[in-house]
Amino acid sequence: MVAVKETIADVKRLESDKYKYGFTTEVEQERAPKGLSEETVRYISAKKDEPQWMLDWRLEAYKRWLEMREPDWAKVNYPKIDYQDIYYYAEPSSGAKYESIDDVPPEILADFEKLGIPLREQEVLLGVAGAAETAAEAREKPRVAVDAVFDSVSVATTFKAELARAGVIFMSISEAIREHPELVKKYLASVVPKSDNYFATLNCAVFSDGTFVYVPKGVRCPMELSTYFRMNAEGTGQFERTLIIAEEGSYVSYLEGCTAPMRDENQLHAAVVELVAMDDAEIKYSTVQNWWPGDENGKGGVYNFVTKRADCRGKNSKVSWTQVETGSAITWKYPSCILRGDNSVGEFYSVAVTNGAQQADTGTKMIHLGKNTRSRIISKGISAGRSDNTYRGLVSIHAKAEGARNFTQCDSLLIGDQCGAHTVPYIECKTPKAQLEHEATTTKLAEDQLFYARQRGLDEETATALLVNGFVRDVLQELPMEFAVEAQQLLKVSLEGSVG
Amino acid sequence: MLEIKNLHASVGGDKPILKGLDLSVPKGEAHAIMGPNGSGKSTLSYVLTGRDGYEATDGSILYDGENIADLAPEERAAKGLFLSFQYPVEIPGVPTLTFMKEALNAQRRARGEDEMSAPDFMKHVREKAKLLNISGDMLKRPVNVGFSGGEKKRLEILQAAVLEPRFLILDETDSGLDIDALKVVSDGVNALRSPERGMLVITHYQRLLDHISPDVVHVMSDGKIVASGGPELAKELEAEGYDKYVRAA
Ligand SMILES: Nc1ncnc2c1ncn2[C@@H]1O[C@H](COP(=O)(O)OP(=O)(O)O)[C@@H](O)[C@H]1O
Ligand SMILES: [Mg+2]
Repeated sequence: MVAVKETIADVKRLESDKYKYGFTTEVEQERAPKGLSEETVRYISAKKDEPQWMLDWRLEAYKRWLEMREPDWAKVNYPKIDYQDIYYYAEPSSGAKYESIDDVPPEILADFEKLGIPLREQEVLLGVAGAAETAAEAREKPRVAVDAVFDSVSVATTFKAELARAGVIFMSISEAIREHPELVKKYLASVVPKSDNYFATLNCAVFSDGTFVYVPKGVRCPMELSTYFRMNAEGTGQFERTLIIAEEGSYVSYLEGCTAPMRDENQLHAAVVELVAMDDAEIKYSTVQNWWPGDENGKGGVYNFVTKRADCRGKNSKVSWTQVETGSAITWKYPSCILRGDNSVGEFYSVAVTNGAQQADTGTKMIHLGKNTRSRIISKGISAGRSDNTYRGLVSIHAKAEGARNFTQCDSLLIGDQCGAHTVPYIECKTPKAQLEHEATTTKLAEDQLFYARQRGLDEETATALLVNGFVRDVLQELPMEFAVEAQQLLKVSLEGSVG
Repeated sequence: MLEIKNLHASVGGDKPILKGLDLSVPKGEAHAIMGPNGSGKSTLSYVLTGRDGYEATDGSILYDGENIADLAPEERAAKGLFLSFQYPVEIPGVPTLTFMKEALNAQRRARGEDEMSAPDFMKHVREKAKLLNISGDMLKRPVNVGFSGGEKKRLEILQAAVLEPRFLILDETDSGLDIDALKVVSDGVNALRSPERGMLVITHYQRLLDHISPDVVHVMSDGKIVASGGPELAKELEAEGYDKYVRAA
């Protein structure tokens, strides 16, 4: 059974917003030779001091990729990507890894500060130097450990010591390959197979860095873990690889934030994120993505082709994806859950904002394999300008998934009348003993609401931001507190200039 | 305080609704406007508050001697113009308290005043809410969502009490209220009467005016004021209807 419903609307032309995070940092860079070849793959692997097995793994992926074709089913349009015109690896040339935060070049630290995540400040404030050692103090302060990825190298990892005490492994994936090869071998590509899709296979061949998290049995990770991704080097693709494993009865909350500077050329981004939740484990994965969307014609924006998938491998396991997507010229992203364990739960909460000439085709896949598995999808799409916003979701209930339940709600908000909102839900159900509910609405930012708010004294932009925040409230409240506020601000910035 | 001369206005671009309306409300007075459905009362309230699509095509609106016809709705609001809507609008996901706080502080900023702190604001709201019998629980709910007709009207008056405007337009604030609610709402309105404040009370029932004794009653028909008088005019309309004035118009 396939249900397809499309709603489309169109209007007047609006200038895209000025991007707040458009700056580049002057740091000397070392890059791989331009283009993709076996040599590039070997270069990256060598730079990372990788063992032979990892190099072989990459080369195998590269060979498969050569035989694959770029998908074209998404509702996005972009000029053909020249994969030979991209740098696949760049690192700050002053060295790859820093022993202490003091070794990090000041330009990079300043850059992170502009992004609003002053690492140094966090370390001092949050007691990396031993300030907040007591449990009571730890509870009072927001606990966020940051693994910052600057282009391709993880430049600083904070809180490592405290996490180590809890037995949590939180490091860059390159380090994990060297230090925990048995875990990496066991879980890498166990959720997203090597040949899963064109972009994921490309990532396997050239992934540059990313994050590795391992939470042992019964451990509740003592703080939020966070990675701030940022693309800096010109013409560099960023290919992160993230792997999170939550053992039986453990819990972890992870936040990924992303920005990229303004460029003339489009920057390619093809990440793979894999989550594994064992019996009774829970993973909460939140994303705030505001990569450079390009100019009003989409020129220079980031192409974001991401594969994110969670395997709820154990019984009673739970994974929640929460995403606030406001950036990128093109977003192609479907964070998914394979609900393998009986009684496992998958959740997807999404806000996707498009303005200017942005195109987003995003949604989720909930694959129900186990008995009494449950999934919940709340998607809020906001389109402004001449942008196009598509929700594409699959709910698949297999024959053995008796008692499975899904609830899907897709709401679209149109600002102006040149933009488009599309809802494309696919539903497959192979057992009569399942329960599915689907609701979809498309509304225009209502003139009466706007006037009501303005009559009370709010200017048009503030009123719009308030109405939009109301529209996305169900989703924002799923974000960790510290980031919900940031997300609200981001929504406001993304929609500036979209009314009137 | 409010001086309207020969006001002509159209809706949706070209449909004339107000056809040469004259009205003057001095500071400290409450004036009632009565008139049959469709005579243009709500249109007048929207033209005064600057709603898009309700354009004055001729005449003038002076507020404290200043022509406000070209000001944005929020600029008029900051100058103290408040409309209690005939049909209050629902705003999903935005808690009523948040909405009022944002509005109050936006107005204060626009007037160059300091924002009100969260504790001061809470105290301010609680006082006013008590008077209007509005529970704290109701204030946490999204603006007007799932409110009964009476609750919505009470919330309109609460917003007026919180924002402390200088001129109020009440558009059929009495419609949809039972006797008890009518009493609560009119008490709320009376509490807002002051020598510094003007009021325009739009209604087509006498019963609200029994509670709020207006200084002047105007009859509106087909986009014009066709008669004005004291409170006795309202009584006459109640007894005899609008026929006489509608025919005259
Ligand atoms: N947005 C609009 N578009 C077209 N006609 C309108 C609009 N608003 C009001 N009207 C018309 O204007 C006239 C006056 O309406 P209104 O001001 O609501 O009257 P009242 O409030 O006195 O009942 C009515 O004929 C109504 O149909
Ligand atoms: Mg009316």
